[in-house]
Amino acid sequence: MDIFIQQLINGLVLGSIYALVALGYTMVYGILELINFAHGEVTMMGAMVALAVIGALMGVAPDLPGIVIVLGGVLVAVPVCMLLGFGIERLAYRPLRNAPRLAPLITAIGLSIVLQNVAMLIWGRQYIAFPPLLPQDSHALFGAHVSTLQLFIVALSIVVMLGLWFTVQKTRLGRAMRATAQSREVAALMGVNVNGVIAATFVIGSALAALAGVMVSAYYGLAHYYMGFLLGLKAFSAAVLGGIGNIAGAMLGGLLLGVIEALGAGYIGDLTGGFLGSNYQDVFAFFILILVLVFRPSGLLGERVASRA
Amino acid sequence: MLDFLRARPRLALILVAVLLAALPFLVGAGLGKSWVRVLDFALLYVMLALGLNIVVGYAGLLDLGYVAFYALGAYLYAWLASPHFGLHLPFWAVLPLGALLAGVFGVLLGAPTLRLRGDYLAIVTLGFGEIIRIFMNNLDAPINITNGPQGMNLIDPIAFGGFALSKTHKFFGFAVSNAHLYYYLFLAFVLVVMFVALRLQDSRIGRAWAAIREDEVAASAMGINTRNVKLLAFAMGATFGGLAGGLFAAFQGFISPESFGLMESIMILCMIVLGGMGHIPGVILGAVLLTVLPEALRYVGDWQRAMLGHVAVDPADLRMLLFGCALILMMLFRPEGLWPSRQRKRELHAADEVAEHESASVYDVRG
Repeated sequence: MDIFIQQLINGLVLGSIYALVALGYTMVYGILELINFAHGEVTMMGAMVALAVIGALMGVAPDLPGIVIVLGGVLVAVPVCMLLGFGIERLAYRPLRNAPRLAPLITAIGLSIVLQNVAMLIWGRQYIAFPPLLPQDSHALFGAHVSTLQLFIVALSIVVMLGLWFTVQKTRLGRAMRATAQSREVAALMGVNVNGVIAATFVIGSALAALAGVMVSAYYGLAHYYMGFLLGLKAFSAAVLGGIGNIAGAMLGGLLLGVIEALGAGYIGDLTGGFLGSNYQDVFAFFILILVLVFRPSGLLGERVASRA
Repeated sequence: MLDFLRARPRLALILVAVLLAALPFLVGAGLGKSWVRVLDFALLYVMLALGLNIVVGYAGLLDLGYVAFYALGAYLYAWLASPHFGLHLPFWAVLPLGALLAGVFGVLLGAPTLRLRGDYLAIVTLGFGEIIRIFMNNLDAPINITNGPQGMNLIDPIAFGGFALSKTHKFFGFAVSNAHLYYYLFLAFVLVVMFVALRLQDSRIGRAWAAIREDEVAASAMGINTRNVKLLAFAMGATFGGLAGGLFAAFQGFISPESFGLMESIMILCMIVLGGMGHIPGVILGAVLLTVLPEALRYVGDWQRAMLGHVAVDPADLRMLLFGCALILMMLFRPEGLWPSRQRKRELHAADEVAEHESASVYDVRG
């Protein structure tokens, strides 16, 4: 039972990170019906930039409290990624908005390769360690252990998601985003600056991705130029699970996927009599993705059936 | 010169045949032995690119896990013709089995996803490629099936009776090395695959694929069973992938999961996009270019050493970066590829005007 609760907690922590990344996929898809393949790489860039800044800050001002240094990293990484998201939309997606469907998908793949390799050229092939700046102490909860970092990740994700929810539901920009998602043409006729809204969507999604990137590298204590690929795939699976295009769905899907993955990795050994072990953890996301696409393509919270065009 | 040959197609054919037959010797003499192996790989990639071209170029389905089928073919060959399980079946039994296995997996994977939008297929195939790789990396315990990350070696070469292609043979006192022998074998396979691809293109099925690629709704209104026809394209591409995989295993004598990463899939896709989607000569050009260019990139390392005194940027690292840039730039500026079919070119350029007109219209319905 203790193991169950422990895995549940680990899953929720991981899931809240997935949810943040999934939001970026789902928002872009909701508006453009485009899978932004490069989104995972934006997450990676967030982590790498933050780590570079953290490393520099530790060299310049080693006496600063750890949290301030990490905050400094985040404060640089988020705007850098926002700019990156803006640039990606502007250079690679906007010129192809009326092109055949395959074209933006292929540029997206190209972009993600370019970002990966640029990161590799800058920071090298090796894993980069996240310095132990954040409090590592753990608390007992229902017989399981929760670290301060884990609590912090979940709390921050919830705050950010509430903020996004408020933005989308209550502000002028949010209303414009929802209108654009329903119909780009009609929204434009009503005076919505559609291009601006699309750019804003990319920028907001990238900011969330940067945060998630810092969180995931702090959580695992590592960052790597290739980390965005798997993270992006899983987050995309989470978005599909929740119902792609649906913001609440991305949050739900992310949390669920995290929990399924953690529990699956914890119990797969017992379930298969030791034939498969926890090294198959990464397979769950894809199985869930395929299962959802077979049985409920609209996802858990999606209303629209995925169109066939 | 070109006009002269165009008027005499039979002469041109003979010239091309002689050139292809002499190519490994010319390359071997001019550039060195290692380049003959590069030629072999180029032919292997031509096979793969032609297979993927059926899926991406003809039917317009983006398959990002194509290398998984390649891996299946290679591993099946290794299981059935290596000391790993002590089986040594002949290649003419193993290669079709590998192709069949890949085709079956293609159907299994395509069936649930092909009724959905194309983007989902891209993601699911991407995931499938990763799943296959994870399994191949980890299925060494508790039962050793794939030998994990170390891979499997001592795979049997292709042999006709006692005539193994892995050895150097003497013909009339003239030594012909294994790289040359595999060249002719692969060339024969490429010609067969090319023939099949060409005939498919102009068949009833080929036209159905083109119709689906251009407008799926209209195609299904014309009575095409879109799901089955797409499934056929997907399975056929997978079959070619499996076949190429078997040949790869026999040629290398060694396989490991490392050869079947996502980047390999992307590279094959690059070949098609760069050469010209759906156009066989273009696809062949793309495949040859992208196999030969990275080899030529090695000289960039020498050049750096000469200019800077050290290698600042590893040419191998540069390779993927250039591929990524090529994908983006091609899509933005020349979406039809380097050597497109005339029809495709016309379509894409006419489409610009139509698209402009459409986006100006308020009642335009897309999606």
